[in-house]
Amino acid sequence: MKTVVVVGNGMVGFKFCEKFVAQSDTSSYRLIVFGEEPRVAYDRVHLSEFFEDGDAERLRLAPRSWYEQNRIELHTHERVSDIDNDVKTVTTSKGKSVAYDYLVLATGSVPFVPPIRGVEKNGVFVYRTIEDLQDTLAYAATIKGGKAAILGGGLLGLEAAKAVMDMGLEPHVVEFAPKLMPRQLDSRGSRVLQVKLESMGIHIHLSKATNQILGNGKITGMEFGEDDILNVDMLVISAGIRPRDELGKSAGLTMGTRGGIVVNNRMETSDPHILAIGEVALYNQMIYGLVAPGYEMAQVAVDRILGKQESVMATEIDMSTKLKLIGVDVASFGTPFMPPEKGHSIIFENKTESLYKRINVSHDGKRLLGGILVGEAEDYNMLLQMYQNEMSLPEHPEVLIIGGRGEGGTSFGSAMDLPDTAVVCSCEAVTKGAICSSVLDDGNENIKLVAKATKAATGCGGCKPMVADLITESLKTIGKTLRVNLCEHFDYSRQELFDIVKLRGIQDYDELLDTVGKGHGCEVCKPAIAAIFASIYNETANRQSTIQDTNDRYLANIQRNGTYSVVPRVAGGEITPKQLIAMGRIAEKYDLYTKITGGQRIDMFGAKLHELPLIWEELIKEGFETGQAYGKSLRTVKSCVGSTWCRYGMDESVSFAVEIENRYKGIRSPHKFKGGVSGCIRECAEARGKDFGFIAVEGGWNVYVGGNGGANPKHAILLAEKVAKETAITYVDRFIMFYIKTALPLQRTAPWLEKLEGGITYLQNVIINDSLGIVDELDAEMQALVDSYKCEWTEAVETPEIRERYTHFVNSEETDDNIEFVSLRAQKMPKAWV
Amino acid sequence: MIASLNLYETVPAEDVKIWFKAAAISKFPKNGGACIKYKDKQVAIFNFTRKNAWYACQNLCPHKMEMVLSRGMIGDENLEPKVACPLHKNNFSLKTGKHLNGDLEAIATYPVKIEDGFVYVGFSE
Ligand code: SRM
Ligand SMILES: Cc1cc2nc3c(=O)[nH]c(=O)nc-3n(C[C@H](O)[C@H](O)[C@H](O)COP(=O)(O)OP(=O)(O)OC[C@H]3O[C@@H](n4cnc5c(N)ncnc54)[C@H](O)[C@@H]3O)c2cc1C
Ligand code: SF4
Ligand code: FES
Repeated sequence: MKTVVVVGNGMVGFKFCEKFVAQSDTSSYRLIVFGEEPRVAYDRVHLSEFFEDGDAERLRLAPRSWYEQNRIELHTHERVSDIDNDVKTVTTSKGKSVAYDYLVLATGSVPFVPPIRGVEKNGVFVYRTIEDLQDTLAYAATIKGGKAAILGGGLLGLEAAKAVMDMGLEPHVVEFAPKLMPRQLDSRGSRVLQVKLESMGIHIHLSKATNQILGNGKITGMEFGEDDILNVDMLVISAGIRPRDELGKSAGLTMGTRGGIVVNNRMETSDPHILAIGEVALYNQMIYGLVAPGYEMAQVAVDRILGKQESVMATEIDMSTKLKLIGVDVASFGTPFMPPEKGHSIIFENKTESLYKRINVSHDGKRLLGGILVGEAEDYNMLLQMYQNEMSLPEHPEVLIIGGRGEGGTSFGSAMDLPDTAVVCSCEAVTKGAICSSVLDDGNENIKLVAKATKAATGCGGCKPMVADLITESLKTIGKTLRVNLCEHFDYSRQELFDIVKLRGIQDYDELLDTVGKGHGCEVCKPAIAAIFASIYNETANRQSTIQDTNDRYLANIQRNGTYSVVPRVAGGEITPKQLIAMGRIAEKYDLYTKITGGQRIDMFGAKLHELPLIWEELIKEGFETGQAYGKSLRTVKSCVGSTWCRYGMDESVSFAVEIENRYKGIRSPHKFKGGVSGCIRECAEARGKDFGFIAVEGGWNVYVGGNGGANPKHAILLAEKVAKETAITYVDRFIMFYIKTALPLQRTAPWLEKLEGGITYLQNVIINDSLGIVDELDAEMQALVDSYKCEWTEAVETPEIRERYTHFVNSEETDDNIEFVSLRAQKMPKAWV
Repeated sequence: MIASLNLYETVPAEDVKIWFKAAAISKFPKNGGACIKYKDKQVAIFNFTRKNAWYACQNLCPHKMEMVLSRGMIGDENLEPKVACPLHKNNFSLKTGKHLNGDLEAIATYPVKIEDGFVYVGFSE
């Protein structure tokens, strides 16, 4: 039986224990741990979270019972005071003496307190242990609303500044250097951060050397120079760390000139029976003030004791960091500052939005060497991976920091492109391969399970988004998706509900809710399910009117004052003079505001609820039908005049537009959809800005899909080239039907196509090559929808029960007296909102 | 128009002085609402068939002061019955009038009773 004594029960000492007992061959060892602090090891990295609830338990890395179960003899509140390395024993503050075969020093570090006159005064604190925090909190409570200074504008200092701000004090960061986070940020990045922090209420004082702490017994201020005084009621010192190496010194181990116990790449000190790990160990002449290198050292030390010769510490230690908790994203990785002889930098700065991004790229443009992100660090994980795995960069590396962001769009590939060996969670050194295998081989299908099994994302948590991505993507490879439930009433996605409705032949919302849902529905699931019924049965909004969105319920678009607009269909934008006259007459009669829409038709605004059936009755008499401007359905098919009149036209775009608009009119879908037909590549109909578009070319029609105007404009993508009109229609039939069946609620075709695995090539395979064997089904379903079209306004006007819905009061003939109009040019408009 | 908001005040069941006969049950769509007029007030009444319950509240949405709540969709959120304004989807509890997805002032609610196929709303004046 050999004895291993661990001095220090902090983060790295604990990790040593955890890794030690995880080995199968440790039964012949006795593990004894001494910790000076009163509690068992806790998560110092998340120390600041203690402010949120004062719950020290939550920070605990493992309960005492864990040590018992693993036969670890833990002695807390007991400091090791001496080492006798000749006879290999340690002595403790309680007078105990214990013999060891291996001694592991994991004594960590202490905050560095500069020798400033007056630092011993009351109200001056450091920031390292739970006790430090408790003392700080208690003092803060006595100076409510006062000012607190933080000495040191580094990573920890800023975290502390946020903490004192949360305690209700006015924070002042005092930094000796001329910039914040001098070790991680360049001057420009640091300035952007400063402006952002100041806007959050954190005061920053740079280039300040503190001469003395003022006050009689307790702190009242800090003096920097003559006449340069900052009045404060409290001070938190965060000016760096000093290794707790006193045991090393007294045992005669080799020490660094500025402290720290020197270790080699197997964590051995100058005495081969004594190892040192964590913040006390000086490796490569450096103390690494981060947990990830400490954890790696713990692993190497375990391997050393168990005789695994091949395990050594890496030569290059990654010091990449992301600032947490402060409310502004800051990260730096690799070499944040770049000497011009090694590479060049690409810098993006947007002062108005407090954004600063810099990446350093090798001269040949092939490798990422490091970078800085301030204001937005969403891409930190991916950039870090590219840097660590020396992945090749895109042709224009600037897209990595300014690239096509837009909706869900990112200039990076997916996390799945990383090599299996890529370390995704650096705190726990978990690779991409381990995470994916945990999902695929062990069936851990959500982040909780994966974290439990692999420990990924259990440290600083910075890798969480990437781990989540890997889980989603891995599941996708086996055809599973993470649940995207419609709302609290249905534990199903829209696509699943579509299938359920179809397979079980369910016709009513209530029936669906009673069979597969719960509760009584809401404004999210009702219209989404109404659209599913409409897409499957082509039923109009009239049958189940109370599950429709307001526009569908009354077959008109509600306007700001509660009146409605009326938009008859004008297929392809083609309208006769007689129809124009009729519309003009009706609009005049009901005093409606009229306007030509962006969709090549005419909108009449300001109709009161009870007027709608009267107006439509007249329009229908004149041969109009509903334009479904209110529905998630086909809107318009825009046309140019085409070869009928235009001297350049290659084909009859208007005829095609009219035909196709009449084909798809009334079809309900996840979101509205629009089309366009241009007679030549001059593209006057902007067909490529629509969900589907046709452009006449020499030898046929080019077919485009997935275009969008709106907030995220996108050009439609070529689906097929130079095809005959009939083929073009067949392809678009299938495209629309496939979209209807698989899109999310309120997802237009452009984002749907963007998210579609395999993109346009996959879509071409499904639609043109029938790779899924579903085109016959799609064709039949589309034809059924086309054949069952009816004008829902005709239905409404002719059915007395439906007509009855169009009344403001059910107990009075009066109309809504709250509606007021004012005049506008020769027409009218609603009175403005107050 | 702010003045019109002051017209509406919640009437607790015990304060009802007048049971106003609003309209026949058939005038109110299943799981939907309709608006009635009482003196100078507009009141939205909801026939929450799924819960076998009736609710009444002011028709005026306090967000933009439009008379539209009766045209909103009803449903529930964590079992609380609610109506969503058709204009901007602000949600209000049908029980308490509380604004559920923001902090607008609560809307006024009124007691409802059904007798002989008719809907009655309780007012205090
Ligand atoms: C009336 C009209 C503006 C006009 O006076 O010209 C209009 C009016 C409205 N648009 Fe539009 N859009 C109108 C053409 C367009 C166009 C141009 C076009 O179709 O060529 C676009 C960009 C093309 C596109 O859709 O990709 C357009 C992109 C939008 C969007 C953004 C969609 C997106 O994918 O981002 C919305 C918001 C939405 O639907 O969620 C929207 C929503 C609306 C709504 C429904 C907003 C609302 O809920 O009240 C407006 C209804 C007014 C009404 O009562 O009729 N409107 N809207 C146009 C009616 C065309 C028609 O005849 O039916
Ligand atoms: C507020 C705060 C935020 C931080 N945030 C981050 C972060 O975001 N990312 C990151 O990587 N790092 C962060 N760190 C640093 C990280 O906490 C340390 O790197 C890590 O705790 C080092 O572990 P350690 O075991 O070496 O030292 P410690 O965790 O300090 O453990 C050493 C333990 O040994 C005990 N000890 C010392 N001498 C003796 C003795 N003679 N006998 C018995 N016991 C003894 C000490 O009391 C202590 O409990 C943060 C630190 C703080 C304070
Ligand atoms: S698309 Fe070509 S043919 Fe059609 S109107 Fe424009 S220029 Fe003329
Ligand atoms: S008017 Fe009701 S939500 Fe805006």
